[in-house]
Amino acid sequence: MGSLGQLMLMRLRVLWRQPEVLFWTFVFPVATTLVLGLAFRNSALEPVRVAVADGPEAPALLARLQGVPELEARALELTEARRQLARGRVSLVLLPGSPSPEALVDPSQPEGRTARLLVSQALAATPDAPRLEAVKATPVSEPGNRYIDFLIPGLLGMSLMSSSLWALALPLVAMRGGKLLKRLAGTPMSRAHFFLAFLLARTVFAALEVAFFCAFARWLFDVPMFGNYLALLGVGLLGAMCFASLALLVSIRARSEESVGGLVNLVSMPMMFLSGVFFASENFPGWMQPFIRVLPLTALNDSLRSIMLEGTSVLTLGAPLAVLAVWTILPMVATLRWFRWV
Amino acid sequence: MTPPDELAIEVKGLVKRFGDVVAVDGIDLEIRRGECMGLLGPNGAGKTTTVEILEGLQEPTAGHVRLLGLDWKKDATKLRQRIGLTLQETRLVDQLTVEETVRMFASFYPRSLPIEELIGMVQLGEKRQARVGKLSGGQRQRLALALGLAGDPDLLFLDEPTTGLDPQSRRALWDVVAELKSRGRTVVLTTHYMDEAEVLCDRLVIIDRGRVMSRGTPQDIVASLGVEQVIELEAEPALDLERLRPLPAVVSAQRHADRVTLRVKELHVALPSVLREVEAAGGRLRHLSTRRPTLDDVFIGLTGRSLREGAEEKAA
Repeated sequence: MGSLGQLMLMRLRVLWRQPEVLFWTFVFPVATTLVLGLAFRNSALEPVRVAVADGPEAPALLARLQGVPELEARALELTEARRQLARGRVSLVLLPGSPSPEALVDPSQPEGRTARLLVSQALAATPDAPRLEAVKATPVSEPGNRYIDFLIPGLLGMSLMSSSLWALALPLVAMRGGKLLKRLAGTPMSRAHFFLAFLLARTVFAALEVAFFCAFARWLFDVPMFGNYLALLGVGLLGAMCFASLALLVSIRARSEESVGGLVNLVSMPMMFLSGVFFASENFPGWMQPFIRVLPLTALNDSLRSIMLEGTSVLTLGAPLAVLAVWTILPMVATLRWFRWV
Repeated sequence: MTPPDELAIEVKGLVKRFGDVVAVDGIDLEIRRGECMGLLGPNGAGKTTTVEILEGLQEPTAGHVRLLGLDWKKDATKLRQRIGLTLQETRLVDQLTVEETVRMFASFYPRSLPIEELIGMVQLGEKRQARVGKLSGGQRQRLALALGLAGDPDLLFLDEPTTGLDPQSRRALWDVVAELKSRGRTVVLTTHYMDEAEVLCDRLVIIDRGRVMSRGTPQDIVASLGVEQVIELEAEPALDLERLRPLPAVVSAQRHADRVTLRVKELHVALPSVLREVEAAGGRLRHLSTRRPTLDDVFIGLTGRSLREGAEEKAA
């Protein structure tokens, strides 16, 4: 086996034999997605809770409110009802009175407004003329247009970015600190092979990462796949290569793991916000868009998202894939030129 | 004058500056093929810088360097294939085994020695499947030596190869160097161990503050001191060095803590007068010994400082 093969084996062994690497590659992204997915899960709204204060008309009012499915009404003694309103346990307290009852609401609570509308509607209707459903509502919550569906491809892109950056930058800088780079520079080893081995070994792990991500997105969150899995894998690997190449660039001079850590954050933090991981990058002002378009994570996330959710063919993703290719080649050239071995 | 094609290394007027600091200040070297040359000097003398320039890891500020008739500027790849080296300290990849590490390094060379043989040469056969992270310091240094030998080099550089080594590792390294010499390979090593230099090296160059202080075979260098014996003594109360220096046959006198070291020409002339001096001062002799001079005495004679370390000297 030639030196490229031996160097790749070295990288794969190092990654495989370090349990913490496996943790950051597989467990951490799943845990993040699980937490975010649960937090942003689309669930049907709970009924609005209201209280009716004790009084002679209370049972009649209560009966009329209980006929409304969106309301959960119960009778309470007045001071207790006020206390529950203050704590947000009920959104409205109805005080029986004549000629008409009075409603207490907290003006800072959005649910208070809903409660007042629902209660007045319920009381306006007479028992013999049931309340009018002016608009028929049909619930829409289909896989493909929920927030979790938007989130999953973005999280895959982000996870490919951070694992590529960290998994290359840290060991390279540690190798410089431990003089291993200097030792290797004293051998006839091909320097292009050395960097290529880092990139290729990274794509092996990235392939596992993509497969793993697809599997749990499908089984845990029922995220649909409208496109081709191979296309998704190919784009994911190109993205991983691109960030691996950026990791080489980030580590061309740094001597300590602290300083390279700062650089990795400097590269990845802005993209986490700008490149459409948690929300669409279209939310940023128009003058920023050309800049955001040419960021590698934007190109990766947009491509992953359109393959997964719109079934886009890779053939139509020329522009973002070109952005990724440029971000792979330029840092590689700069690394070969300016990398500090000694 | 040695014919140029017999030279493994030819260095003229080598200078290396780091900003205002001059690490190497005009060194000339001629190292013949098949010899073991030792660069001797205290820490910070410029040994490592000199060797790293020869290894092509640093660029000289000025001067002319040729190895095996080749030039680093034109024939870097060819040179890297024909030299081997160990650095003072290299942190190898902890997760790889000894065998995997040797195999990887061997893959870099067009003409490499068999993995088995390399591991056997440094006596790591039992550790071939052990992870590098689990090796002792001495085993790591032996592994580093095996990696230096991976390309079957014509020219091997060893930078302080036995510093902090256990006796077994030291012995293994000495055997490897002897074996290389017997096969006509050239070895350049830096050290601050006198015994190592005397055992391994055909010729020595003593360096201090970036300059060559002395050169020649170990025997020649010791003889050049003009000292036949060294007297070491401790007396109470302490002796006055100024009264010892003018005594007959005394070349130099120095004090380290309580111990006085006198370098003398004829022992039979010097010793009685030294003893009379102790008696005249009304003192009592606590220790007296004589020995043949070593390279360390040469170094002290040349610089007034010990080769071994700067730190100990400052404390004294």
